[in-house]
Amino acid sequence: MASPREIEVKRRALMAATVATAAVGAVAQRAGAQTTPARAAPPAMKVSFTVNGKPRDLDLDPRTTLLDALREGLHLGGTKKGCDHGQCGACTVILDGRRINSCLTLAVMHPGSEITTIEGLGTPDKLHPMQAAFVKHDGYQCGYCTPGQICSAVAVLAEIEAGIPSHVTADLNAKPALDDAELRERMSGNICRCGAYSNIVEAIGEVAGRKA
Amino acid sequence: MKPFTYERAASPAEAATAAARQPGARFIAGGTNLLDLMKLQIETPDHLIDVNGLGLDRIEETQDGGLRIGALVRNTDLAADARVRRDHAVLSRALLAGASGQLRNRATTAGNLLQRTRCPYFYDTNMACNKRRPGSGCSALGGYSRQLAVVGGSEACIATHPSDMAVAMRVLDATVETVKPTVKPEGATRKIPIADFHRLPGDTPEIETVLEPGELITAVTLPKPAGGTHHYRKVRDRASYAFALVSVAAIVQPDGSGRVALGGVAPKPWRREDAEAEMSRGAKPVMAKLLAGARPTEENKFKLPLAERALAAVLAEAKG
Repeated sequence: MASPREIEVKRRALMAATVATAAVGAVAQRAGAQTTPARAAPPAMKVSFTVNGKPRDLDLDPRTTLLDALREGLHLGGTKKGCDHGQCGACTVILDGRRINSCLTLAVMHPGSEITTIEGLGTPDKLHPMQAAFVKHDGYQCGYCTPGQICSAVAVLAEIEAGIPSHVTADLNAKPALDDAELRERMSGNICRCGAYSNIVEAIGEVAGRKA
Repeated sequence: MKPFTYERAASPAEAATAAARQPGARFIAGGTNLLDLMKLQIETPDHLIDVNGLGLDRIEETQDGGLRIGALVRNTDLAADARVRRDHAVLSRALLAGASGQLRNRATTAGNLLQRTRCPYFYDTNMACNKRRPGSGCSALGGYSRQLAVVGGSEACIATHPSDMAVAMRVLDATVETVKPTVKPEGATRKIPIADFHRLPGDTPEIETVLEPGELITAVTLPKPAGGTHHYRKVRDRASYAFALVSVAAIVQPDGSGRVALGGVAPKPWRREDAEAEMSRGAKPVMAKLLAGARPTEENKFKLPLAERALAAVLAEAKG
């Protein structure tokens, strides 16, 4: 009987053969996740969308996330890659008026869309009010999550204005309040490892017109 | 991610037919779960069929006073719809208890129903998982099982279904509408009661729903409003942005009768109509029937009293 090690060697040899065959396009086999044969990279696809008011045309591997298209394709490094799995919110951008995790969508899925990143909200000379409020209230420490926090915060105020309820909205049929509980709940998809949360809530509250 | 080819579908029937033609194809809508799994190579589709352009993004009133929710209605829009908030509040509440604002803006109605489990052993490709690699075993049995099922599981799998939305839809008696792949251009449609939509794992935990290869969800319909007070109570390890340990969706009528379904405890939204006959007698007799046959692990047996207490809280809230 073959030892486990021999079996492993045979399995690897078989995998190598499978990879070679797949590379010439002759095999359309489905295997378990760990043994899926390599596939040839698909041809690049064209996609055009507007980023921060500018029309942009890209040729992309269809696997490219919107996050990677912004950072690697357009060199807009303000949008950050944190977890790359939709858990941390560092990659938050505003797509067609709504905040999304840019790591969990493919760039080719958004022809004609309008995308706003942190670079499109304000400039060093002319900060967006939310950027200015984060500076004033010290709403960060290391700053890595900050572009995502700010994009998210701008969209949160628009969501409250539009009457979209949240988990902590007491009356689903009334206009949501602008209190700390609402802001905290709505910002829960943006993680800050430095723990600047209380200052972030103060900054958002000030932009919302509350007494700071 | 493994390489894949990509196309945008032109109609629901064409999307279904294209998917059936290519066994390695998957539909993509919001992508919030599928792309996560593709990055980890837990999902490795050869081909993606983007269904976002199919126009299935409206909520319409049906002739019998209910609502037809398009498969592509985003979770945010469904939760915020004035008719849903007014007449089917348990659904708004469940949606708002799930994920984050960013995710709800992309995640769709159909995609939410088709979410994969968050069992840590499903996610860890070095571990045995019968759902991910049929026949490889289940590392969760005897493993870290705090989040996992106490009822409805099997020797092959004790994963839970992660959706909050589906639990509310179960209590609302929703129906899933689909189109099947066909040679005819119009496609063959069918209607699946939500109770029958998700399968229990048995010895094939990799098959999670009754959908056939290529079959595409086009809508979820809700019957006319159920009345009563609507409740969704979710107990989790953080106050926000976490999956349920236990959740209770309930509709309670003024006479104390009502409906209840549980999330976080089973491989599908967990409801037993015979348990609901006990609603006016309190949480304990309801849970005795609803969780009959439960087989918790040492790590998740706390879910049994937790579910009972969560329902007791809901019933107290309903009394006002």
